[in-house]
Amino acid sequence: MSHVFLYALVGVGLFTLGLYALIVHPHLLRKILAINVMGSGVFLMLVALGRRTPGTLPDPVPHAMAITGIVVAISATALALALMLRVQVETGRAELPEEPLE
Amino acid sequence: MPALIFDIHWQAIVILLPLAGAIACFLWPQRGVQLGLISALGIVACVAALGWQVLELGAQRYAVGGWGAPLGIDLYADGLSLLMLIVTAVVGLGISVYSSGYFNQDRARHFWPLWMFLWAALNALFLSADIFNLYVSLELMGLAAVALVALTKGADALTGAMRYLLVSLLGSLFFLLGVALLYHSFGSVDIALLAERMEPSPAVWAAMGLMSAGLLLKTALFPLHFWLPPAHASAPAPVSALMSALVVKASFYILLRLWLEIFPLTNAALAQFLGLLGAAAVLWGGLQALRQTRLKLLIAYSTVAQIGYLFLAFPLASIIGWKGALYILLSHAAAKAAMFMAAGNILHFGGHDRIADLDRVVQRLPLSITAFALAGVSIMGLPPSGGFIGKWLLLEAAIRSAQWWWGIILILGGLLSAAWVFKVIGYAFTPAEVPHEARVVPATMEWAALAMALVAILLGLFTSWPLALMDIGLPFAGEGDG
Amino acid sequence: MQQSQPLKKTINPKPMTEGVKKQLLFRLLLVALLSLLATGLGYAVLSLPSSAPGLSELVAENLETSGVSNPVTAVLLNFRAYDTLLELGVLLLALLGVWSFGAVPERRESFPGPVLDTLSRLLVPLLILVAGYLLWVGAHAPGGAFQAGSVLGAAGVLLLLAGWRPGARFVGLPLRITLVAGLGVFVIVSAVLILVGGRLLEYPPSFAATLILLIEAAATLSIGITLAALFIGGRPEAGPNN
Repeated sequence: MSHVFLYALVGVGLFTLGLYALIVHPHLLRKILAINVMGSGVFLMLVALGRRTPGTLPDPVPHAMAITGIVVAISATALALALMLRVQVETGRAELPEEPLE
Repeated sequence: MPALIFDIHWQAIVILLPLAGAIACFLWPQRGVQLGLISALGIVACVAALGWQVLELGAQRYAVGGWGAPLGIDLYADGLSLLMLIVTAVVGLGISVYSSGYFNQDRARHFWPLWMFLWAALNALFLSADIFNLYVSLELMGLAAVALVALTKGADALTGAMRYLLVSLLGSLFFLLGVALLYHSFGSVDIALLAERMEPSPAVWAAMGLMSAGLLLKTALFPLHFWLPPAHASAPAPVSALMSALVVKASFYILLRLWLEIFPLTNAALAQFLGLLGAAAVLWGGLQALRQTRLKLLIAYSTVAQIGYLFLAFPLASIIGWKGALYILLSHAAAKAAMFMAAGNILHFGGHDRIADLDRVVQRLPLSITAFALAGVSIMGLPPSGGFIGKWLLLEAAIRSAQWWWGIILILGGLLSAAWVFKVIGYAFTPAEVPHEARVVPATMEWAALAMALVAILLGLFTSWPLALMDIGLPFAGEGDG
Repeated sequence: MQQSQPLKKTINPKPMTEGVKKQLLFRLLLVALLSLLATGLGYAVLSLPSSAPGLSELVAENLETSGVSNPVTAVLLNFRAYDTLLELGVLLLALLGVWSFGAVPERRESFPGPVLDTLSRLLVPLLILVAGYLLWVGAHAPGGAFQAGSVLGAAGVLLLLAGWRPGARFVGLPLRITLVAGLGVFVIVSAVLILVGGRLLEYPPSFAATLILLIEAAATLSIGITLAALFIGGRPEAGPNN
């Protein structure tokens, strides 16, 4: 077991932490940030585990995947933030209406 | 001549063409409608050519960049992906024609590039043989879908779109974490290679759970359906049609590929669980649909129910069962597109979609109501229609595998659908207290709705061809003899 | 189930103790469930084989013919270039979505102080230079179109913060062409390669370096401008084509 796994575990931690925040916080900005924290966890895990064999160069494919993922995350975040502002203009608050329990 | 056609890389072209269309529609928004319709026709022609190629030469693997898996990305077209491409092309063409009359100039210039991006994403998704590439196409599809839903301004649409966006991103992240685990377990993201190298391990179980959960959320299987009705109902009519007909099916398609190829269905308990959720979705969606007072919400809840049918095939796990589910998927795509289009016409005509105030709309919009009724026939599963064939195949699979109780769900679901279809049709004949403030509905919008409904009916009359397509490349071969 | 009802704009009344209790219980349950999830995922990660079966060797073997010597750039723009093509689509799509929500939101006119003004005048040319360097160096060392594009985007954001707005002349078709340049060049290159008999994104090895640089240059420009445009947060108002 090397320190690589430590990073990967931190990634798992970030993922669940983000999931918790996403469920608990009603404010949309927090939800968007929570999604980003989750995403960072996934990217961290993806990149960290690419360097498991000691003494070799890290695997470039997960790096490329993480870059792709980051660009997707930026795009999604920008869209979400713009949508959040529209929701706030339209409803007066940046929260989703309460879910009627079924 | 055929040899020449078979040499062309149609798989690449059906992805590049909508992308080029999106760019063109974005650059010249004044010509958006024309450019969009030309692209739509082009895509349909190219999908037809790809279909011919696959029919003649069998399933096609295409190594993008010439590298081949695992280094590069592969595209793969077998009967299953071809069928999805064809249904996307048919419904997409209908929606394009409908939209050319639906949107005003201001909204049209946003609609067309977004719709072309969505089409590109769908084609890319159905052709991809690489799970990381599937993640990218999923995101492309999700963001396009969210922006399209938000084209209707107003609180309902915006909050619906916002919730949809969060759900969609969450689902994608679950999927991506699964992809990461699979890549680091087997050193590849190619579906065929993963299937070859697959051996059970905790990481594989985790990946399977994460990816399935993410995709179930995106497919809106009960009880993860909470986001679907508001998003689908508040979107503009052609967008609602796109969402219900195609977008939710895309994540189901990925789920199907994963379960059939990467994670072989050895876990019977999990399959039974998915079947139970499907059954619950059929009943719950049907009951909720019956309770709605707004037409578009009603249709959206019926989508929740119809998604449930697709999951009844998991516990049956036989070739006939899969074919039945796929047949329901195809006919639901056409029928639900027709229904949302008809609802859009009614909304355009009368300015509202309150079911109780439909006010003899049958006299004013006979074509749209006919389309609604014909689509209803397929949704209920009455012969002759695609919905009937799908349910029949599922029933046969249920009886053959001695799990007759799933048959009861099929029948109950059909009765519930019948109840709400007749309720709507009934109100369409009844005069209401508030008369309509009538606006003229363009003929293209009426005929597009009718054409989609006829596709759903014709699927019940010409069954051999779609069923034969499903056998190309034997996508269901791993699933016993049925 | 009345989701189409208009939203209530009332502020929640002070929650009762019953509600607080319920919420606490919900959170505890959630924490328990998520801990379970984290433990499961952690176990799954730890169970992975300790030496990676990744693709480093395969990438290294084919690096020679890829046109670049930086393995990450080779993966991004050659081996898995198709992902990158779609990803540029995602970025453009996000901007289309943001523009479809409406015009630039009302914002207070900001007058930059002397520090911001001077600094932005100094930094923006420097940032553009750095972006160019990152683009060039990406072929053989860490760097590339995305890094360069982000730096370019930062330069744009700095300009916007300092109160600069694009002139009406640029807002129409010229801006749109810049925005689609990355995806457009990618699509055109793919189409041309197919026309001359290759596969999708199959670069002839002798042209690979040039084609990759061409695509990266266009992508850098598009990414930078798109990021800055996303920062504005809406469609720049000048009407199409004027």
